[in-house]
Amino acid sequence: MTEIVSLEALAADVAPGQSLAVPVVGVSMAATAALIEAGARDMRLICVPVSGMQADLLIGAGAIGEIETSAISLGEAGGAPRFNAAVRAGAFGLRDSTCPAILAGLLAAQRGVPFMPIAGIVGSDLLQVRPDWKVIDSPTGEPGKVVVVPAITPDVALFHAPEADRAGNIRIGRHRELAGMAYAARRTFVTVERIVDRNLMETEDSAAGVLPSLYVDKVAVAPRGAWPLPLWDEYPGDDAEVARYASMARSEEGFRAYLSGFLSQRRKVA
Amino acid sequence: MAAERERRELLINVVAGLLDGIRHVAVGASSPIPAAGAMLLRARSELEGKPPVRISILGSQEHNFFTNGAIELFDCAAQGRVDAFFLGGGQIDGAGNINLVGTGAYPKSDVRWPGSFGSAYLYHLVPRVILFREEHSPRVFVPKVDFVSAAATTPEVKRRGGPYALLTNMALFDFDRSRGGFALRSVHPGYSSSDVRSQTGFDYVEPPVVPATPLPDAQTLELLRGRVMRELAETYPAFARTMLQAA
Repeated sequence: MTEIVSLEALAADVAPGQSLAVPVVGVSMAATAALIEAGARDMRLICVPVSGMQADLLIGAGAIGEIETSAISLGEAGGAPRFNAAVRAGAFGLRDSTCPAILAGLLAAQRGVPFMPIAGIVGSDLLQVRPDWKVIDSPTGEPGKVVVVPAITPDVALFHAPEADRAGNIRIGRHRELAGMAYAARRTFVTVERIVDRNLMETEDSAAGVLPSLYVDKVAVAPRGAWPLPLWDEYPGDDAEVARYASMARSEEGFRAYLSGFLSQRRKVA
Repeated sequence: MAAERERRELLINVVAGLLDGIRHVAVGASSPIPAAGAMLLRARSELEGKPPVRISILGSQEHNFFTNGAIELFDCAAQGRVDAFFLGGGQIDGAGNINLVGTGAYPKSDVRWPGSFGSAYLYHLVPRVILFREEHSPRVFVPKVDFVSAAATTPEVKRRGGPYALLTNMALFDFDRSRGGFALRSVHPGYSSSDVRSQTGFDYVEPPVVPATPLPDAQTLELLRGRVMRELAETYPAFARTMLQAA
């Protein structure tokens, strides 16, 4: 059964040391703020397949013990300052990856198999820094080398979407990677702009863009929950705000000042 | 401003030429010049009655015809349905290997860059990967990258993908996959082949006479300044605006 809970209750249910999968599109910045407020720590962040301001905030706030990602960047606003500083300081375990390898690891978990073969990658130094990835002789078909990556089973998948219905079905549109995260994860927490009274499974057209409640454990309402990042069909990204973050977060003090403003801003919206 | 516009127009025109003959090109986020080159090719193909060109711009809602989530681009490339893609690199070496991770020892890099993104995979699978890096300096073009995000040639595995050309602010190089190295094709107006040599940290093949990179012709400029900038403005409004203001 999907529970509809408060944002604070949702965040409080992520325990220290747990792995948390987060997306690129449909980022729950509201839950990110709530996690930081709740004193989250030692989290193992899995970026599906990259992240930006969300990861950088969690890193700067000291909530991250390990990170698996294909990249962390603020896009047009440049590099992610807290990520870059933390990498140089060796502040957390770093599991560098490449986008389709993270998606393949989640797919293995979705299928209930221990690993997934994946094309390419041979020749990359990623194979040196990821001893958990193996190059094997293809056991079937044309002889040749193939890379296999282990299944990725996040403790919690966390994202933001426009709507949930009363039963906990979530409208994700064509952002199927959000469903992929939920299939692979042990539990899925979703924040939404609103809860609607109609049944999102009612028509084929609507159901095709829905993640069924079977995969959804907790839903919390968080208006403008992706801000300052965009949410499809709802609002564009606040690029000026991300640029302001990028500039302030260059120093530790600037980051602290930004974070406290960000948390109080999020409290006001909530 | 006018000089900056001319510089960009030259690069966009070269990109369109490098893409000639492709059916589907994917462009990463924050890549206005590659995207404009792809749009120029699409407009030209339409005018010349050639087969239509599809453009996927990652992170764009209008230029995204995928419906199966983030994995679809990668699946599409594995199926041979992506003909061209662009990659950059904090470092690019003479063997065509690229580094998107950082400089110095790993993991505590001296300078850390965002990360490898999809490069380790797409370099193997997309036939025409165009390396695009505007800064042409010895710190970018190094003898050997500090970290191989994606390897250009791997004789130990079968692959259809790899580097096709390298385009910078100064010059255009072809990549020879059998030899595993670059060859200078042309130098942009305003630079000499010795400028290129002194700013490139790796060795490459150079013809006895190095031609100048051709400037866009009048018809191309008309398309570029009209239709292409209008189309580009949907995804890169700030870039299109500065181009139009310089006119």
